[in-house]
Formats: sequence, C-alpha cells, structure tokens
Amino acid sequence: MAAHGIVLSASKIINRLWGRRLGNTAKVFAPTLTSQRNKTYLPPPAKYGGRHTVTLIPGDGIGPELLSHVREVFRFSCVPVDFEVVNVNSALETEDDINNAITAIRRNGVALKGNIETKHTMPSSVKSRNNLLRTSLDLYANVMHCQSLPGVQTRHKNIDIMIIRENTEGEYSSLEHESVSGVVESLKIITRSNSLRIAEYAFQLAREKGRRRVTAVHKANIMKLGDGLFLQCCREVASGYPDITFDSMIVDNTTMQLVSKPHQFDVMVMPNLYGNVVSNVCAGLVGGPGLVPGANYGRDYAVFETATRNTGKSIAGRNIANPTAMLLASCMMLDHLKLYDYATVIRNAVLTTMNETRLHTADLGGQGTTSDVVQSIMKIIQSKGQLTADF
Amino acid sequence: MSGTMAATLTRNLVTLVKGLGGSRWPQLVSRPLSVSAGLCSSENPPPRADSTFKVTMVPGDGVGPELMMAVKDVFKAGDIPVEFDEFHLSEVQNMASDEKLEQVLTSMRNNKVAIKGKIHTPMEYKGELASFEMKLRRKLDLFANVVHVNSLPGYSTRHNNLDLVIIREQTEGEYSSLEHESVTGVIECLKIITREKSRRIAKFAFDYATKKGRNKVTAVHKANIMKLGDGLFLQSCAEVAQLYPKIKYENIIIDNCCMQLVQNPYQFDVLVMPNLYGNIIDNLAAGLVGGAGVVPGESYSAEYAVFETGARHPFAQAVGRNIANPTAMLLSAANMLRHLNLEYHSQMVSDAVKRVVKQGKVRTRDLGGYSTTGDLVNAVVDNLRHKPVH
Repeated sequence: MAAHGIVLSASKIINRLWGRRLGNTAKVFAPTLTSQRNKTYLPPPAKYGGRHTVTLIPGDGIGPELLSHVREVFRFSCVPVDFEVVNVNSALETEDDINNAITAIRRNGVALKGNIETKHTMPSSVKSRNNLLRTSLDLYANVMHCQSLPGVQTRHKNIDIMIIRENTEGEYSSLEHESVSGVVESLKIITRSNSLRIAEYAFQLAREKGRRRVTAVHKANIMKLGDGLFLQCCREVASGYPDITFDSMIVDNTTMQLVSKPHQFDVMVMPNLYGNVVSNVCAGLVGGPGLVPGANYGRDYAVFETATRNTGKSIAGRNIANPTAMLLASCMMLDHLKLYDYATVIRNAVLTTMNETRLHTADLGGQGTTSDVVQSIMKIIQSKGQLTADF
Repeated sequence: MSGTMAATLTRNLVTLVKGLGGSRWPQLVSRPLSVSAGLCSSENPPPRADSTFKVTMVPGDGVGPELMMAVKDVFKAGDIPVEFDEFHLSEVQNMASDEKLEQVLTSMRNNKVAIKGKIHTPMEYKGELASFEMKLRRKLDLFANVVHVNSLPGYSTRHNNLDLVIIREQTEGEYSSLEHESVTGVIECLKIITREKSRRIAKFAFDYATKKGRNKVTAVHKANIMKLGDGLFLQSCAEVAQLYPKIKYENIIIDNCCMQLVQNPYQFDVLVMPNLYGNIIDNLAAGLVGGAGVVPGESYSAEYAVFETGARHPFAQAVGRNIANPTAMLLSAANMLRHLNLEYHSQMVSDAVKRVVKQGKVRTRDLGGYSTTGDLVNAVVDNLRHKPVH
C-alpha cells in the first residue's frame, strides 16, 4: 500500500514536470482509432538478437493447416522468426478474442493470419473479426500482386497486375440501420483523407516498383459525390507523379476488360468493395485463390494473409488445400521484416515447385496433396545448399 | 600463442571439410523429410544439418579461455555445426585497443551471435571512464541482459526448484560513465534513466515473458528515493504492461526485493530492473542456486545476441588451475544453439550437462566436489550421445 502511494506521488511530480508530453503518452495505448493516428510513441518491434516475434492467427477452415506448413518450412530454413500463436474463436459473440489478437499485433508489429470465419447466422451486432482487425489497426492499404505462373494453365498468359485496395472505409463501415420498418440503409463512407492516403500509397508503390500506369476504379457516374471524391483525390495525387500515367475506369467495365483484355492493366487503385470484387476476378485469372498472396499495410502495422481471404471450410483437414498463397504471403512478410535472403530462397522454391516440378494440388487440376507440395518445396530449399553461412 | 592458433585453425578446417564433405550429401537428400517433424520433439537432428553457423568468440580474462576450451571440446565431440571466430580482448593483459574492438565489432556485424567471457575491468582510473565491456555493450547496443536462474536437479541448495528470470537494462543508469569533480572533494556520478530505454527494456521483459509462457513481470526500483529517475522507469513499465493484459504486472522496491529473494524466492517469475540493481540481483540470485559457475546469461540488442555466464566474474585466482566450473558457459552455449535454430544440438548439450550434474559423481570444487574442469568436460562429452532423460 505504502509503495503504491509513493508511486502515485512520484507520477504526480513527473506530471507537473512533463505535463503535456505525459498527457499524450497516456493516450498511446488506448485502443481507439483516433489516438492511433496522433500517437507520438510506438513500441519498438519485438526483435531481439536478430530474431523476430510475429503474431500468428490460425483462423478457421484451412488456415491452421496452411500456417503449420509455413512454420514447418520456416523451421526447416532456419528462419529467425518466432511465432506467438493467438487463437480467435469465431463461434463466440464476445470480442475478447479478437481484441487479444489486436493487442498481440500492437506489440509485435507484424502478423500472419488465416481467415476468421464470419457466420451469417450470428446476430447482426457481431461484426466481421477480420474487418475489425483491419480497422482497429488502421491497415489502410491492401496490396495484392497477381502474376501468371508459367507452370499453371490459365486462359490468359503473362498477367502482371498490382491491386491496391482501400481497406478501412467505404461499404465496410459496418454502419447499417432500419430507418423505417422494411427499409434498411447501409452507409458507404468515403473520406478525403483516406482517399488521398490510399492514392498516395498506390502511386508511391508504382514508382518504387517501376510501374508505368495507375488505374483508379470507381462508379462515379452513379455515386457522383462519394466515388467522385475518391476519383478527384486520385487525380490530385496523380498530378504529383508526372512520370506515371493516370487513368480511371468504371468498375463494371473494369471487370469486363479484366476477363477479356487483362494485359491493359498495370497498377489499380480502388475503394473497399470494388477491391474485393476485382481482386477475386484477378486471382481467378491467374489460377485461383490458392495462388495469390495478399498484404495489409498500415502506418505502424502489417498483416499478411492470402489475397482472396477464403476460409476454405469445405476442404479443411483433407490435405488438399494449395499452400502456395500462404507460403508466398509468408515470403512477403519476410521481405517486410527485411529478411530478404530467406524470403528469396523460400519464394524461389515455391515457384520452382509450381513451374518446373509442376507438382500441383487438385485446385489446379493436379494430383498432389498439400504435404507433397510442401515436401517438394523443402527438398528444393535443401538442394540450394547453405543458407545460414552467408547472411 | 601460435600453438593455439594452429590448433584453432585445424579445428576450423576440420569443421569446414565436414561441412563440404561430399559423402554426406547423398545421405541427406535421401533422408525422408517428415512434414510433421516440426511438431514432434527434437529426437532426430534437423534435416538442414548441412549449414554451418559462424559465431564470434571473445574468451576474455581469467578462466574465460578455459571455459571456451570446454565449449569447443563439447561442440567438437557433439559434431555441432558451429565455427568460432576467436578474438582475444583484454584490458589487464594489454591486449585491448580500439582497433581490436573494431575487429570484434566487424565480426559481430557479420555473425550476429557471440559467446563471450568476462573482460576484466581494473579498478584504478587510467584516464578513461568506460571499460571495454561497456564500450562493447554500447557499440552493439546490447541493452537487455537475461539471467535465467534455474535450480539444477541433483545439486541441492537451500532453495530447490527455483525458476526465475532476471532482466536487466545494461546501457544506461549508473553505468553512464559520467562522473566529474564539481568542487574539489565532491564527486558527482550521473545516473541516467530515459523514457525510451526504460520502455524498451520493459517491452523486452514482457515479450520474453510472452514467448516463454510466463505469468508475471515484477519491476524492481527505488522510486521512493529516486522519485524522478526510478519513477520514470516504473511509469514506463506500467505503460508497457497495458499491452500485455494476460501477464500480471507488479513492482517491488529493491531492498525489499533482496530480502524476499533470500526468504521466499518462489514468489517471483520475471524481474525487470535498471542497470545496477540488475547487477546485484543477478549475483544474489545466482548465489541461491549454486554460484557464478552454474548460471547462464545472455545479452540482446535488436540485431545481436551475446551469450555469457549469468554472474560475470573473471575468477582470476583460478587461472590455469583447472578448477573452474564450466557448467554455466556450457548451458549458455546450449542456449546459443537454440537461438541459432539448432534445437536438437542445444537439447543434446544441455541434457548432457544436466545429466552430469544430476548423477553428482563429477563435481568441481565450487559445488563441493574434487573434480577438475577437464573431468567435468569429459563427463559431459561421455553423456552427449545418450538418450535424453525425461
């Protein structure tokens, strides 16, 4: 008790001395979105002695098995990453589990996750856990890179499209109400600051990756104000990047163009729901949901998952899921952690298995099981010889 | 000097040839790769046994070189794929210079991992306040020191089954090397506590607790007297604790902590504290389980890890007498192997050491036996290949 009183008086003295600055720090850990943006202090990532700690959220469906394969490959390649496993039970109505997961990401900075199932049978007060995670960590940019793999038979060859999707607002605002009985209003929110932010991100990424063109996808002919604002923000940002061509396309036309002439696209930027649709179309073009990795970046945190965020309940536990997307997502994570050598070795092994060994799972019309593919990947990693001596 | 150099060289060469040997290659490829291998315990060597790890070695002063010989002997016998880059750095033997320090640093930057003995710091003032030990720590920013005080089964002390972790900030506080004589006869030593470093060490402690599945973190301080300095440390710990709702957070004043440690040490789990308190508590807690010879320790920065003994003493009076206890350094080396992802080898070494302690036949003087360092090393080597005890 006495010690406690002493601590209190000590903090009073400090408060008097540092006043304002300490006032800010009290906000630092508050889990609200606003304090997150004005935050002055970010805890350092959990990286000690060169080893990183990463939050692992297994999720539902095929998530746990895919992530156990990732761990297996990491262990095999001596990747200096330790996982903190946080389970989220999608059957519970309380938000304790997901809040735990969010706190875990706040302290580790980086996460790898499987999709958490959102049951439609739950009461409407239960929000999508995945969406909650993205919005509370302010992971505003969803990035996926759709690239054709030579070893996978598809209708279109040599597709190479980057899709950048606004991840925190738009139709996913979770604001819905029944104003009059029988009339439901869902609010789609487009804000200037978030639109500018995602456009800026898209153009910066395009310049960094040496891309030529950015296409904004919208529906401003119908939603003249909402999507109009988005389009205008993209234009404003584009004026700062004279080296990159900017154009815009309406979402319905975009999907048609994607399936008929996909090669016209380079980098695409769009609000939330269009991003969801377009990313699924693109993933389909290059071979399906099992192939394409996705990443969600915010200013402070990054979460990696498969691009199309499928739960895959129907094929769970049958050893037939395609591990490629999750493994490539883990490589994106390694790149984010600046472990480029490890990322390259694993990525090359995955691509070699796809393109040269042509060991495919059932979703690509192959005969292989998930563990066959993982074993093949590990054999290729091994045949590349020493990894650890020259880092 | 040249004799040992040649010996080291041949040893390195042997490891190198082993690493390159063609005969092992087909065997490796044909070895079945089990997908579930990650889930089962480390019974078999990991399939990626073809890689060799380089580790910087700084034997230091006193019995340091003897302890390093012990580590090398055990590693050689266990066929452990680690190569050492050895650097002799010593202030008391006139083998310390900034040039030499730079060599160690360059090697560390490549290897990221080091094993190190204590570099003795003479007490007298020769114009420089910071010791080489401190310089190394600062240059590599090794801010966190971890001492895992764990009773060794088979060696009975006043408190058995002790298991606590002491985490110490070791780059600021009283070790700032800022001292001056403001007026003749009046010396001021500056103790520096910064918010950034306090938060960093607090987060390290909580991250460590999370990773090792521990339940409680206790901050040790003297904020009743140093209301601002230690107060800031305490406040930083409390702030960071909010990020870890599942781990209990408490605080205790340093003097009381010492008393509690000798009376009822079981109440503690993970302890986190500023520099000087850490130094004292490390030694006190090491004393509870058998002394400086049995407790391993390690220091971390974001990039680097240095493995050493928990209580850092050169033990100069024992030099050349073959009586030093290599247990602490061997356990530390085992921890190093785990850090390098060599789970299987790590388990092998620590099991062998623990088995020798448990059998109790071979004991050095500090544990009340009559055996020499060499005897103990031989006993550990003999126990290396046996099945682990559970």
